[in-house]
Amino acid sequence: MASISSVIFYVLIFLSVYVQVFFFVTFLENRKKIIVRNGKIKLSHYPTVTIIVSCWNEDKTIYKTIRSLLGIDYPKERLKIFLVDDGSIDNTWDIMKRFEKYPSISIFHKENGGKHTAMNLGLQYVKTEFVACLDADSFVHPQAVNRMMQCFLENKDIMAVIPATIIRDPKNFVQKIQKIEYFGSIFVKKMLGFLNGLHVTPGTLPIYRREVFDRLGGFRKAHNTEDGEIALRMHQHNLRIDYCHDAYVYTVPPDSLYRLYKQRLRWYYGFMKNLIDYRHLLLRPRLGALSLLTLPSGMVSIFSVIFLFTVFIFKFGNFLIEKIVEVQAVGFSEILWLSRFDWFYFNIKSIPLILIVCYSLIIFSILVGRKIVENHFQPSFYIVFYIATYSIIAPIWFLKAVYNVMVSERPSWR
Amino acid sequence: MTSQNDWKKYVIVFFITATLFASAFYVTDYFYNNKINQLKSIQDNISIDILSSETQFSLLQELSCKNVDNSVLSQEINNIADKINYSEKNFATDNTDIRYLKKYYSLLEIKDYILMKKINERCNSENSFILYMYSTDPTCTDCIKQEYVLSVLRAKYPQLRIYSFDYNLDLSAIEALISIYKIPENVPVMVIDGKNYPGFKTTEEIEKIIPQLKDYLKAQKETSNIKPSEKSAS
Repeated sequence: MASISSVIFYVLIFLSVYVQVFFFVTFLENRKKIIVRNGKIKLSHYPTVTIIVSCWNEDKTIYKTIRSLLGIDYPKERLKIFLVDDGSIDNTWDIMKRFEKYPSISIFHKENGGKHTAMNLGLQYVKTEFVACLDADSFVHPQAVNRMMQCFLENKDIMAVIPATIIRDPKNFVQKIQKIEYFGSIFVKKMLGFLNGLHVTPGTLPIYRREVFDRLGGFRKAHNTEDGEIALRMHQHNLRIDYCHDAYVYTVPPDSLYRLYKQRLRWYYGFMKNLIDYRHLLLRPRLGALSLLTLPSGMVSIFSVIFLFTVFIFKFGNFLIEKIVEVQAVGFSEILWLSRFDWFYFNIKSIPLILIVCYSLIIFSILVGRKIVENHFQPSFYIVFYIATYSIIAPIWFLKAVYNVMVSERPSWR
Repeated sequence: MTSQNDWKKYVIVFFITATLFASAFYVTDYFYNNKINQLKSIQDNISIDILSSETQFSLLQELSCKNVDNSVLSQEINNIADKINYSEKNFATDNTDIRYLKKYYSLLEIKDYILMKKINERCNSENSFILYMYSTDPTCTDCIKQEYVLSVLRAKYPQLRIYSFDYNLDLSAIEALISIYKIPENVPVMVIDGKNYPGFKTTEEIEKIIPQLKDYLKAQKETSNIKPSEKSAS
């Protein structure tokens, strides 16, 4: 039994390190292509774009979101903004109505039916060549649309572009560690962009060619992760998704561990359910990195984290029991006799060494992400806090997500 | 679409990862061998010490007892016991290196024990010994507890010689000890002054069984209280 668990352990660790090394090698291959554009850019022409903002009880952030959209540096007559209220019961609709007078803004109100229904309502009225979707708790950098549109103009094969989601001015510890996580995510997504392996078009202003929806239809409920489902559907039809690392969209992250847990539970539950729905995309060489790397590594990381956590808990439990037995045997007064330092007892084992390599690569990805956003490599203590905190809490949402998938219990949105 | 170049990359990354793993295993193995060599070297020292003591004991016919003091006896025999226990717990259980070292160590312990007994009889010294029989079976929780107690005693009383033996180690010399002292199967069992003490015993209980331990402690305190100048004068 112990040998089976050891084999599983080594296979999972091997695959986890494999993925990190894969990203690192991809970075070395493409590092010269990662250019961060500063200041304004001019496009050869400005295709028409509609941004659909779906809102449900977002009266705390919607005003700022709309203001950020009005501040986008893009010809006003080429940029439409659709605000869709999905049956909010707070002041969201009243705030939206204040922007009715702007010629570029159209507002819609409907009964509550879920985010995908709000976006599909917007899609019905879209007349532009490009469509973007935005969550009402996100704020767009003035140059974001320009920079993303340049990706489309440079490559006709690209059917969707996603921006770099970042956290600005985090207020508390939970938000600060998420900021570190998002830096790492920028690196990973950039690498997946190079590999054509992006598996999600998150609600922070992905821009699609309208043709995508004409060919594939609108958004689906998709276990409350419509942004993951549409990406998988695009891959299924060989539609390429790219990543624009210097198009910044700021988001408001969960401000407590419980809210973070709820958010991640929804994400990973949705990821697994979508993966089950699209299982035919797994391990198909014709689909490239998404099929051979992104989706399998997503599953591997979920199970690795759960497995490592279980092993850690088991080892830590054993250590505690050992200490309790030690104290029971000799008592507190005599325990000092046992604490002699000798290098002989300093044990070097292979797994911790491999984990050090793995964590070094993770830290490297965070630093590269930080360099892209903040133009410096400066390490921060929050990297350690992020790794430590996530090592403890991530297994909990992964375990719960796996459990929910097994018993088909859908987590709530908030 | 996965091109040939992409396949090459998947294979190259596989080899890089495999190399990382192989390097980690190599480093671990290197340090493991270092530890085994360290244990072997300690055992060699003990072997030389015992040989030296035996030679000195043979010369006792011509010399007086005062020439035999504890300083010539191997002090490392206590020190290595903890290290062998640790190695057994933390390295592969079916490791032949460790089992070999353990057998060799057990023989050295028996030799040391016989020599010490002879010195005690011939010179009327008051050295104390504990023969301790244990099992590596994880269900023997008393064995684990007893090991902690004995580690404390080893550190607290360097004059106390504790000889630990794995009851199930396939070694005829241990079987002989078991039969001589009629040691029962239900370990842990300690043999002190020829008498069996089965079950877990606390530090205090052992200190009561061996009253000389308090004298050792007193002597140690007195020695540590002697001023450096007095030490050099003596």
